[in-house]
Amino acid sequence: MGFKTPLYETHVAAGARMVDFGGWDMPVHYGSQIEEHHAVRRDAGMFDVSHMLIADVSGARARDYLRHLLANDVAKLKDPGKALYSCMLNERGGVVDDLITYFGDNEHFRVVVNAGTRDKDTAWLKRWAGPFQVDIQPRTDLAMVAVQGPNARAKAAKVIGKSADAVLGMKPFFSRQLEHHFVATTGYTGEDGWEVILPAKDIAAFWAALRDAGVQQCGLGARDTLRLEAGMNLYGNDMDENLTPLESGLTWTVAFDPADRDFIGRAALEAQRRGGVPRKLVGLVLEDRGVLRSHQKVVVSGVGDGEMTSGTFSPTLERSIGFARVPAATGEQVQVDIRGKLLAARVVKYPFVRNGKALI
Amino acid sequence: MSSIPSNLKYLDSHEWARVESDGTVTIGISDHAQGALGDLVFVEVPEVGRALTKGGAAAVVESVKAASDVYSPVSGQVIANNSEALSATPELVNSDPYGQGWLFKVKPSNSGELSSLLDAKAYEKVVEEAGH
Repeated sequence: MGFKTPLYETHVAAGARMVDFGGWDMPVHYGSQIEEHHAVRRDAGMFDVSHMLIADVSGARARDYLRHLLANDVAKLKDPGKALYSCMLNERGGVVDDLITYFGDNEHFRVVVNAGTRDKDTAWLKRWAGPFQVDIQPRTDLAMVAVQGPNARAKAAKVIGKSADAVLGMKPFFSRQLEHHFVATTGYTGEDGWEVILPAKDIAAFWAALRDAGVQQCGLGARDTLRLEAGMNLYGNDMDENLTPLESGLTWTVAFDPADRDFIGRAALEAQRRGGVPRKLVGLVLEDRGVLRSHQKVVVSGVGDGEMTSGTFSPTLERSIGFARVPAATGEQVQVDIRGKLLAARVVKYPFVRNGKALI
Repeated sequence: MSSIPSNLKYLDSHEWARVESDGTVTIGISDHAQGALGDLVFVEVPEVGRALTKGGAAAVVESVKAASDVYSPVSGQVIANNSEALSATPELVNSDPYGQGWLFKVKPSNSGELSSLLDAKAYEKVVEEAGH
């Protein structure tokens, strides 16, 4: 038996198929993963993401601390509530985790990290906190639901009530603490929508009200196909402690400027850049029939081999898509070894799908 | 509860086999199996003429989440497959696992093998135990 979120009983009562995810008993779907996927692309769906860890970082030097800890630069955050996606790296430039940081003010930040890495991340956050005298407060008293899709805001706003008026027009990648709800315009689906944080004791009632408002309950299965279509990396699949952001399609998240900002892993990344990054993460579309899956071998004629890091059937595109880590010199065509057959795949720019529309 | 027709034979790996009046055997995956896999998106069936052995991997069914091998309940030669319907609509395996979602037909080389398959009652036990 794994850890349970405050919504565990709700999922079981709704007939969800429960699976282990990073030590947590989580719903993979409630009937049809594909229908849940389409609900998010076309209307509104919700995910229990309470297995992720919310931690509040506070102190006079909280900003300096995060500028040292994160590969992206929280100094970019000027407007209260603004959010930032970043990796935190080890000294070798490997990715300890990816996370979102919400800016309260220069002394108060909130971070949300992955479920499977909660303990490791907590230890890592605390390990570097000392010299900056920041307080790291894991908020296990809170729970989180992601409400995503073109109609997500409208439906969630109705449930939240009057106080939601203040966030109805909030720009992407912002957050705001309302009277009772912390609302952020972030997500993992490539659709508009909110991530809402509430006291754990109130989350089941919020979930039920959303369901009554016509929001489809969605499991981790749909979450995975949605994030892949949206071109978003999954920690543990597409990057890990032995791979740098430069090899993981995440160069855009590393702030090398200003040059004098000393963040953990910087020296290793600069050395890798000087020496040439040997591999890159690319998006693939399978041209033959079949399904791309992580760990399948990728053959790049005349260049070398690579490996699928994520792969699935895309319900929106009705074909198979994925990410692969391949030699840097890889061009537009590759082959993927699926059960001993070499099938043709095309390298494409991702996201594959954004705001309900196919981009490839 | 998943449906387990009493006129079929089963493997504990969740395949069903139906002995037709001409002695050939039609094979598919059980309702329990399709439910556990979730929405199917790709099915690979054996080519007509291929020789199969009992318990050997014969087909592959892939849901959004994962790929699973399908084992042949009997030895023999493949005389038909459902590739035409399933390549366009693999979800037939979800909606009608014992009917339109059949996978392939075999002319058995050793009809004695049929008696070693599970009947519906024995298979029901397998499914119950898998649920715990």
